[in-house]
Amino acid sequence: MNTTNTIIVLEALDGDLLEEVALSLEELACACRVPPGWVVERVEAGLLQAAPSAPGAWRFASASLVRARRLCSLETTFDANPEIAALTADLIEEVAQLRERLRAAGLDA
Amino acid sequence: MEFKDYYKILGVARTATADEIKKAYRKLARKYHPDVSKESDAQARMAELNEAQAVLSDPEKRVAYDALGKQPPGQRDFRPPPNWDAGFEFSDGAGGGGPDDHSDFFEQLFGRARQGAGNAGNARSRREPQPERGTDHHAKIELELLDAYNGAERNISLRGAKIDDSGHMVTEDRTLNVRIPKGVIEGQQIRLSGQGGPGHAGGPAGDLYLEVHFKPDARYRVQGRDVTASLLLAPWEAALGAQIEVPTPTSRVEVTVPAGWKKGRKLRLKGHGIPSRGATDPAGDLYLELELALPPGDTPKARELYETMARELPFDPRAGL
Repeated sequence: MNTTNTIIVLEALDGDLLEEVALSLEELACACRVPPGWVVERVEAGLLQAAPSAPGAWRFASASLVRARRLCSLETTFDANPEIAALTADLIEEVAQLRERLRAAGLDA
Repeated sequence: MEFKDYYKILGVARTATADEIKKAYRKLARKYHPDVSKESDAQARMAELNEAQAVLSDPEKRVAYDALGKQPPGQRDFRPPPNWDAGFEFSDGAGGGGPDDHSDFFEQLFGRARQGAGNAGNARSRREPQPERGTDHHAKIELELLDAYNGAERNISLRGAKIDDSGHMVTEDRTLNVRIPKGVIEGQQIRLSGQGGPGHAGGPAGDLYLEVHFKPDARYRVQGRDVTASLLLAPWEAALGAQIEVPTPTSRVEVTVPAGWKKGRKLRLKGHGIPSRGATDPAGDLYLELELALPPGDTPKARELYETMARELPFDPRAGL
């Protein structure tokens, strides 16, 4: 039978800000539910940005996590090839930036 | 638990081919994809579509789902019959790899397959279960701008499903009390280690990622760490300059407005934006956009003052036209 347990965590939890503890290749892959090779292919093709770091020690911050999840979602939803998914992600990011500028200028999108 | 009619969700007949299901899914996914959709319930609809697609596009899951039969109209409280999935083998566990969490209905039907609980007798369930890390979960959190200035604690309610010690599927509502660090900015991700999906067979739990968003605030516009607000000036303040006290998100400060207002002029209060997160992320600035507010000319005295200005000031606002 389906039952519901409610768990309340009273103690305050501290999180890590991704800009301060950037994700490793494996952590990013895990967060997107893809194999690490999926990430490597897209970084090497220039579709996904890794922070400059020693070879084999890429680091990824918030924007890369959002982009990687977006690429993954576009590829799986529409069976899109990685380049088309990246182009679509570029356009989505561009629209978001333009909307942000409109808001900053007091003109809501 | 509500019965989910996956065929209805995708708008296809129960006899639809795999190709028809794929086409219907893509068409609806374009409409409800949260990145582009303007529908208010896009996120929820997309999750529903992903779930329907995950079941109907997988021949094993579809056969098992079809075996449940069509739910009589109006019947909302659904429980699958015991061992409904006996004899079916799910080759990829529960989720189909999608990034979205699934409904109670999906977890009740296919979540058990991940545990091997419903597949007694097949080769998979005889294998020793391998420790497996839980999945990472993602959620968005809406904060007030003030939370970025001061830091805050927020309760976050999450719903998930897990197998209890006796092998039953239980829905788990969790409320997490999360400390929001001072200095967070829009779009930033906060990782809560071990607060994602539970691990299997002794594996560690996944992580929970929270994406920070600020609630719209009519007083402030935020870009990165910089914050912009409007500062209304009376005509004499704008023309002659003034010392005025203005509110910032956390305090009140006195600013000097220079004489000679021009459209678009801003004052910058250095370091009064979103606070710093260390040397590489210095505090933002607070920009005050100087705007003009005119006193109404609806009293004899106001009219007289405006008429005096009109008569005595050599001013033509349209001189350049």
